Amino acid sequence: MSQNISKNLKITPLHDIHKELGARLVPFAGWEMPIQFNGVMAEHICVREKVGLFDVSHMGEIEIEGKDAKRFLQFLLSNDIDKMSNGSILYTLMCNENGGVVDDLLVHRFLKNHYFLCVNASNSDKDYEWIVKHAASFDISTKNTSAETSQLALQGPEAKNVLQPLCDFSLNELSYYNFKKGKVDGVECIISRTGYTGEDGFELYLRPKKVSQVFRSLMRQGEPYGIQPIGLGARDTLRLEMGYALYGNEIDNQLNPLDAGLGWVIKFDKGEFVGRESLLKQKEQGLRRKLVGIKLLTRGIPRSHYRVLKDGEHVGEITSGTFSPVLNIGVGMCYVSIEYSHLGTRLDVEIRNYFVPAEVVELPVVPSHVKK
Amino acid sequence: MEIPNDLLYSIEHEWVRLKDNRATVGITDFAQGQLGDIVFVELPDEGTELTKENAFGVVESVKTVSDIYAPVSGTVVAVNKDLESQPELVNSDPYGKGWMVEIEFSNSNPEQNLLDPDQYAEQCKNQE
Repeated sequence: MSQNISKNLKITPLHDIHKELGARLVPFAGWEMPIQFNGVMAEHICVREKVGLFDVSHMGEIEIEGKDAKRFLQFLLSNDIDKMSNGSILYTLMCNENGGVVDDLLVHRFLKNHYFLCVNASNSDKDYEWIVKHAASFDISTKNTSAETSQLALQGPEAKNVLQPLCDFSLNELSYYNFKKGKVDGVECIISRTGYTGEDGFELYLRPKKVSQVFRSLMRQGEPYGIQPIGLGARDTLRLEMGYALYGNEIDNQLNPLDAGLGWVIKFDKGEFVGRESLLKQKEQGLRRKLVGIKLLTRGIPRSHYRVLKDGEHVGEITSGTFSPVLNIGVGMCYVSIEYSHLGTRLDVEIRNYFVPAEVVELPVVPSHVKK
Repeated sequence: MEIPNDLLYSIEHEWVRLKDNRATVGITDFAQGQLGDIVFVELPDEGTELTKENAFGVVESVKTVSDIYAPVSGTVVAVNKDLESQPELVNSDPYGKGWMVEIEFSNSNPEQNLLDPDQYAEQCKNQE
């Protein structure tokens, strides 16, 4: 990580390679990142049908170690840390006292007393401050390792075929939501079977000095499979088709994560955790609205904050929306009142000064291929 | 980046092909490159009155929504219906199959405030 001083934006070690590959670079969460290379649609389809390589080095990493590490994370995070074993990964929320979300993240367990978190780029510093604040009464050490960690994501049906020849252990041993330390192209990496696309794939965590080498090796190895570098534009359209939440859109520090359908990572029975009381109260009161998938029935593209109506009445707002390259129609997510959340419910999306008919659909809107 | 010599250009990156009292309008190669994959184009109906420099339509890429501005005033006499099912024509052939509307213009001096190819090329260079 270094500074692009002229624009006051951070850049990843792959910045020069991005430019070499013809990336369109844009500011994102304080970084200058590639939004696209070949084109969002082509990159999206490439990940669904072949394999794509993402630079996600802007994401944050935080290490927690010490006698109280498990107890601390159990208190800090919504999911049940007790269920983890060495090498396992959990998707979880980190909530505030009001039950809003500070961040959604992945927690990785090295050992019972040693973990690392992968957090959103936009929340990296905020999350670390939050963790330090809550760590005061626990016997642990915390370290923000973001600056010394680069990250790549290799995603698509051919991901395993591309990575295996470069990897020093059999990827058949690495199941979904698990990780292992190994070598890729001779470089030490943490390799996890995770991703934000809905395809089989891997995320690699490695030293910044080595990420260019590994990136180029993967691109070379992936050539016969049609590998492409993938930008943040396609990263967004891919996760949207899956119905994955994006912090700032579907969840934030005010919105109730239960409404977002994230109750499955909130384990009330595990004991006390930050936000438990507020969330339990909201759960007991019953949900009044729900995050649903939306598919437009005619031409148009739903976008964040567009209003959603039922019989002329404002019943919700789009949280995220785009054009689905797979379905060739506008798709999105929105919060609506519970009574309109059933599959097939007809709604209207207000796009500029007209109303486009839409219907509530299941998420994901295209099949997921993760190897559960 | 293509800037055909037989066209005129607006500062908002539209191109104009003038013939008799008709103007065919679209967006330039520079504009389509900036926008990325175009997935939706919204155009007015035939018969709509357009005022020079006012927005008359919208072009959407995956990430952005952009207004299209009328380079001349007049009445819409033809609309490229192909863009409904194939908005990507604007990317692949912005000056040909990606044309957007044909306007029958009302003012006698339609070239006013339009740029010639060299002036437009200069503007694009400054914007990059």
